[in-house]
Amino acid sequence: MTALTLRVAAKEPLTPLVTRFRFEHPEGARLPLFSGGAHVVVEMTDGNQLRRNAYSLISDPNDGSGYEIAVRREDAGRGGSRFMHGRVAAGDLIRVGAPVNLFSLDLRARKHLMIAGGIGVTPFLAQIRQLDRLGQPYELRYAARSRAEAAGLRLLPRSPRVHVHISDEGGRMDLGGLLAGQPLGTHVYTCGPEGLIAAVEETAARLRWPRAALHSEAFLAPPPGRPFTVRLARSGITIEVGPHESLLEAIEAAGVDAPWLCRGGACGQCETAVLSCRGEIEHHDHWLDAGDRASRTKIMPCVSRFAGEELILDR
Amino acid sequence: MTIRFNEETFRDDYTFYNSPQAIRRFPFPFDRDDYMYSVNMEPHAGGPEGSVFERRFDVDEHYVAEMRDRAITLDEDPLRCQSLPHMELAGWDLLELIMTCKAEDYPDLFELRRDGDQWHWINRPLGIEQRFTFLDAGTLPHGPMEYITRQTQGDFAVLDQREGNLWMDAGMVTSQADWSLDFDIGMNFFEWHAPVPKAHEMGIFQRALKFLMNVQQGAPSRRLNWTMTVNPRLDTSPENYHKWGPEKRELTPENVGAKQYLRVELQSFWRLPRSNALAFPIRCYLIALEDLVSVPKWGRRLHRVLRDLPDELAEYKGFAVNRPLIVDYLARFDDGAPTSPGIYPD
Repeated sequence: MTALTLRVAAKEPLTPLVTRFRFEHPEGARLPLFSGGAHVVVEMTDGNQLRRNAYSLISDPNDGSGYEIAVRREDAGRGGSRFMHGRVAAGDLIRVGAPVNLFSLDLRARKHLMIAGGIGVTPFLAQIRQLDRLGQPYELRYAARSRAEAAGLRLLPRSPRVHVHISDEGGRMDLGGLLAGQPLGTHVYTCGPEGLIAAVEETAARLRWPRAALHSEAFLAPPPGRPFTVRLARSGITIEVGPHESLLEAIEAAGVDAPWLCRGGACGQCETAVLSCRGEIEHHDHWLDAGDRASRTKIMPCVSRFAGEELILDR
Repeated sequence: MTIRFNEETFRDDYTFYNSPQAIRRFPFPFDRDDYMYSVNMEPHAGGPEGSVFERRFDVDEHYVAEMRDRAITLDEDPLRCQSLPHMELAGWDLLELIMTCKAEDYPDLFELRRDGDQWHWINRPLGIEQRFTFLDAGTLPHGPMEYITRQTQGDFAVLDQREGNLWMDAGMVTSQADWSLDFDIGMNFFEWHAPVPKAHEMGIFQRALKFLMNVQQGAPSRRLNWTMTVNPRLDTSPENYHKWGPEKRELTPENVGAKQYLRVELQSFWRLPRSNALAFPIRCYLIALEDLVSVPKWGRRLHRVLRDLPDELAEYKGFAVNRPLIVDYLARFDDGAPTSPGIYPD
């Protein structure tokens, strides 16, 4: 994983829960450009714990002068977003990985319809700038619970293509009407809570949208959970995974090299073979299919956990 | 560095030749005495000084002649270069990648000046000077992918990434080992690999696709592939099989050393920043058997590899009909001595 050491050039609260960060190269060098929908992995050294969280880039993909992200504080999370909010300050140096895109635009689309729920608006902020540059038609629907929580209001351009739905104010989105009214060749992109993604998929299926025209990103942060013990057979060690630590983080903390890319259960890179499993794997990823899960022979250590007597991995 | 560009042809009178330096730096593809498929990827991050791996887009003594040969092929068959409409942004990505790499890696041959969107490109070996507006295709004589690949050795496939797959949605293909862009255009990774024997059962393509989909910006990868070609012909396409296919029957024990070539592809894989597409350059290197055996390790090893190769691979690579002739010839250069590991000459 190639990472750059960047300086925190700005830190700005957008709402009580969401803060924007801007990173620039300390010597002013240009950063690699990216495509709308890309994320970066930010490394956080918290005492002797190294956390790596993925955040969508919200700045202009064609602007190499800096990268911007918006971080929502998750008080029930493992602590990465709390660290970003509480411990990272303007002027700090921080390690940021190269942009990776697992939610890119399908440029064959005749029109791009984007549906954002809450902090799920972030990948679209870069995508609409890319589409503006390409001159391709789009429509963005942004749904938030209340105006106070809607960080997107500070980030979205005023444009007839951008529509805001605040549920507190009765502005709920009519998914059926929205999807039924799209021209042929439209692709729909959804990013937000699982419920929103499921609702869009169900509505689209009911209206007979082609499957290939549906895109979604349910980017997962590794969930906290109960501590558990894992045996790494190839390394010949046994490790403890703490309640606020992912299995992948515990493997790394033990000094064992493991592949990874998205750290959110989407890319498949960290897939690891399970040699023995007496207990239940708590699969939280979007990579393994039902057959993989039933066979109990694979695990995605970036997001998944375990409860039971014994888990032995080929690592 | 300075390069003397060969005056040579890849068709008709076939005056192609390798200088002694070109033979020495030939990318011999076998690191051991036998061969089977593998996903033999490594980072494309330089290599030994003077080797074809040293620079990101290798330019060698064949550059000018290869570009002349590409222009002839395109004149006869414009469908060798195709780009579906959604791939234009990827074409600009590719143009930027190649121009910046070449200007940095070969400053005496190529120069790129950028002032915002106003770009000025100088290609000295081909005598080209072009001012254009980046992302405005109307300011170039061809589309961006065609423009830059008419000036870059090797074929190019530009792959769109979507639906958990890679799609052959653009390319410039004039020096191919018997495959057709016009046939494969729009196909996905499994569709265009369908003819390859054995590899599907071995799960090679599932693993390769997963690897390729995760290739990251700034971290290109590479591998070598190979086949055998009679005569130093770049355009061994299905479209022109009637021209080169019959030449396979012209081999004799007397001429096999001069007319039979080992054809090696240096394949590399690059994530493109603006489009998230994957660029797949396939650079072809040719060497006559009689030149190859001037490196004793290579003569010994190629004999052992071709002698022991499974039949279906020789069939797929199109030289089964000449295998006995080739193996007999190479046997004269194999004294049975052990060979050292790795691909480089001793």
